[in-house]
Amino acid sequence: MTHSGSSLPDLPNCTSTAAPMSEIRSPPPDRVLEIVLENVLHFLTCRRDRNAASLVCHSWYRAEALTRSDLFIGNCYAVSPHRATSRFRRVRSLTVKGKPRFADFDLLPLNWGAHFSPWGSALADAYPWLEKLHLKRMSLTDDDLNLIARSFPSFKELVLVCCEGFGIPGIAAVAANCRLLRVLDLVESVVEDADEDEEVMDWISCFPDGETHLESLVFECVECPVNFESLERLVARSPYLKKLRLNHYVSIPQLYRLMHRAPQLTHLGTGSFCASDDVAVGDQELDYSSAFAACKSLVCLSGFRDILPDYLPAIYPACANLTSLNLSYADVNADQLKPVILQCHKLQTLWVLDSICDEGLQAVAATCKDLRELRVFPGNTREEVEGPVSEVGLEVISQGCRKLQSILFFCQRMTNAAVIAMSKNCPDLVVFRLCIIGRYRPDPETHEPMDDGFGAIVMNCKKLTRLAVSGLLTDQAFRYIGMYGKLVRTLSVAFAGDSDQGLKYVLEGCPNLQKLEIRDSPFGDAALHSGLHHFYNMRFLWMSTCKLTRQGCQEIARALPHLALEVIDSQEDKADDHIEILYMYRSLDRPRNDAPKCVTILQ
Amino acid sequence: MENCSYEKVGLNLEATELRLGLPGSADEHDEKLSSCSYSSSSSSSVVIRSKKRSSPEESIDDEEELKSNKRTMISHHNDDQDKNVPPSKAQVVVGWPPIRSYRKNNGVQQQQQEQKKKGEEVYVKVSMAGAPYLRKIDLNFYNTYQQLLLALENMFNCTFGEYSEREGYNGSEFAPTYEDKDGDWMLVGDVPWNMFISSCKRLRIVKGSEAKGLGCL
Repeated sequence: MTHSGSSLPDLPNCTSTAAPMSEIRSPPPDRVLEIVLENVLHFLTCRRDRNAASLVCHSWYRAEALTRSDLFIGNCYAVSPHRATSRFRRVRSLTVKGKPRFADFDLLPLNWGAHFSPWGSALADAYPWLEKLHLKRMSLTDDDLNLIARSFPSFKELVLVCCEGFGIPGIAAVAANCRLLRVLDLVESVVEDADEDEEVMDWISCFPDGETHLESLVFECVECPVNFESLERLVARSPYLKKLRLNHYVSIPQLYRLMHRAPQLTHLGTGSFCASDDVAVGDQELDYSSAFAACKSLVCLSGFRDILPDYLPAIYPACANLTSLNLSYADVNADQLKPVILQCHKLQTLWVLDSICDEGLQAVAATCKDLRELRVFPGNTREEVEGPVSEVGLEVISQGCRKLQSILFFCQRMTNAAVIAMSKNCPDLVVFRLCIIGRYRPDPETHEPMDDGFGAIVMNCKKLTRLAVSGLLTDQAFRYIGMYGKLVRTLSVAFAGDSDQGLKYVLEGCPNLQKLEIRDSPFGDAALHSGLHHFYNMRFLWMSTCKLTRQGCQEIARALPHLALEVIDSQEDKADDHIEILYMYRSLDRPRNDAPKCVTILQ
Repeated sequence: MENCSYEKVGLNLEATELRLGLPGSADEHDEKLSSCSYSSSSSSSVVIRSKKRSSPEESIDDEEELKSNKRTMISHHNDDQDKNVPPSKAQVVVGWPPIRSYRKNNGVQQQQQEQKKKGEEVYVKVSMAGAPYLRKIDLNFYNTYQQLLLALENMFNCTFGEYSEREGYNGSEFAPTYEDKDGDWMLVGDVPWNMFISSCKRLRIVKGSEAKGLGCL
């Protein structure tokens, strides 16, 4: 996120709450300091620093509130829109996050909440000069998008990640009305299909005629065909376009045309990367690699949906400059990957499918010495005994990619030895997320739990802030985390632990813990109770299918009044007191009133 | 006469029962999956619902998913002693492994299945002459007429016999028909599979004698 600039604050369209013109010429003495402070605070961009500054005294609090132009709301229910807009009067860029992450895995009822509408109306009133809006896991309707499109004449950037509830009409409204739009990124969001009878609107042609300001257009997740002629015309009249990520309705011949129209692209998400059905037999095959050669600035490639691996060599011209490659939707085996990856010396980010096997990972380790982030996704999500990637691949990566900072690795088998090796070879690890798909699976070589592996990670990776554990784990694993995971902010636990003690270790030992998500683990009320001292420091805690009771949660609610405890249950009157889901978060305002029936908010 | 046909064809009423309420307790449900009396002639005769359910990535709605959570919780309480034993295949674990639905729906596994309709499930109602309850199936789940017909035969415990262009399902006790986009009732099998998928609004299994009339036209 950009800051408000290094020049003196100059905010058109806003009535200053500070002094009128006459006083600015000769401000009273106490105001001088405030004005100086405001000017200085403009340079402060990190929100944690700003939070600290705001706590110094009332005067600093006011000055900071007036000068914060990027507002980050980590949980849409932690504050009411009114409270946020009352404190921060000159916000130009807003980020709001809604549902907890486990909603992505269907663990949250569909109509749970995170509705954007109340925020929308508050923003329209308070920030007519709003330029940027980033939403994650929010529920927003076409009406909301319409409101956004019409309320902010300076609107430049809309980024929607994992959102749902809207459709093509909403997107079209934004395209048509936001004349200064630079960024329209729809990422992994669910775009509602139009009714069967209705024609699918061509939202691409809703962008105004003439040159656009578009720098980034991402619509991979929009599951409906686009009018290619409109798209080609749009790209042709968008000279600033750097990022373009297409959906899979764009075929490779169409991609070819687009790339020749926009050789300045730096980030490209290909469409389907196979010929469309329209291509008649005998058509001259285009030289697709010429398109990749023409786009000399490409640093990031993604997409490759429905890939025909025969076409993969087309990207060779771009490989040497690539820093980011996402093949995670492409069923590519090791032999098909190797010729590509062996040219990607500068690669820093790689997302792949486990179809590349340990052999493919070996090739990555041999070439990508600069790799910082690796994600290996499973092609098959069933709990099998063997899978294409294993401890062999992890170990090989740890040996070859010493600068690794972030890893997400799905596999069917993993050994403690490999995890320990990675903890020693990759000391820069900040994010370590290992998902052994088979639940409760021990080390296949030693038949021991995976405690020691994860223990080594928290012990040796001193910069670790995010950890996800899996496999057979006893309370000992959590003892290690509590002992050594002093910087851990996010912890994800599933099917792990023996008793309350496990959770106690974590709540008592990890002072920086902010996000804790646990499912299907035997932690109960006593364990939850041990975190009372810390819950106000956390963004949220999620516990589903654990051993919590309503009674236990009620006690927490009584002890901590600024905590919202949402108990989500499918049945109302139950024999026992056990609850299914607890979602708990701090909140400065009253409990929300938009919760569905299955949610009870304890106070 | 219609009523007597239940016994004649051995219609498994329980199997065709459309449940409007909650699915009931976990044990009962699992029992149903294992004890349904479907024809065991071919390995591809699957119980449609359980096939869907065995894929942990199935995204199911509100109440059902909370039910599944409970199922997992119940099984966990019971299995405290046997944590090391791999779970049975029938067990459904919602949201595991933690892959976003978006990635699953667009993932590799389903690519072939979704070539036809790019990620949509096409549920159509299936009725049968004389049966009080309807069923629903996802047409996109199948790739050929053979698969679909086999599934229907299993679901309703009937046989369709041999299809021929000239004579339809001549000689069989039952025949599959469908209503197309224009509202006409057609015999299943006449048009190419893809065309059928995109135009079929609902299915109906009729008596062979009724279908004969269609074939002759």
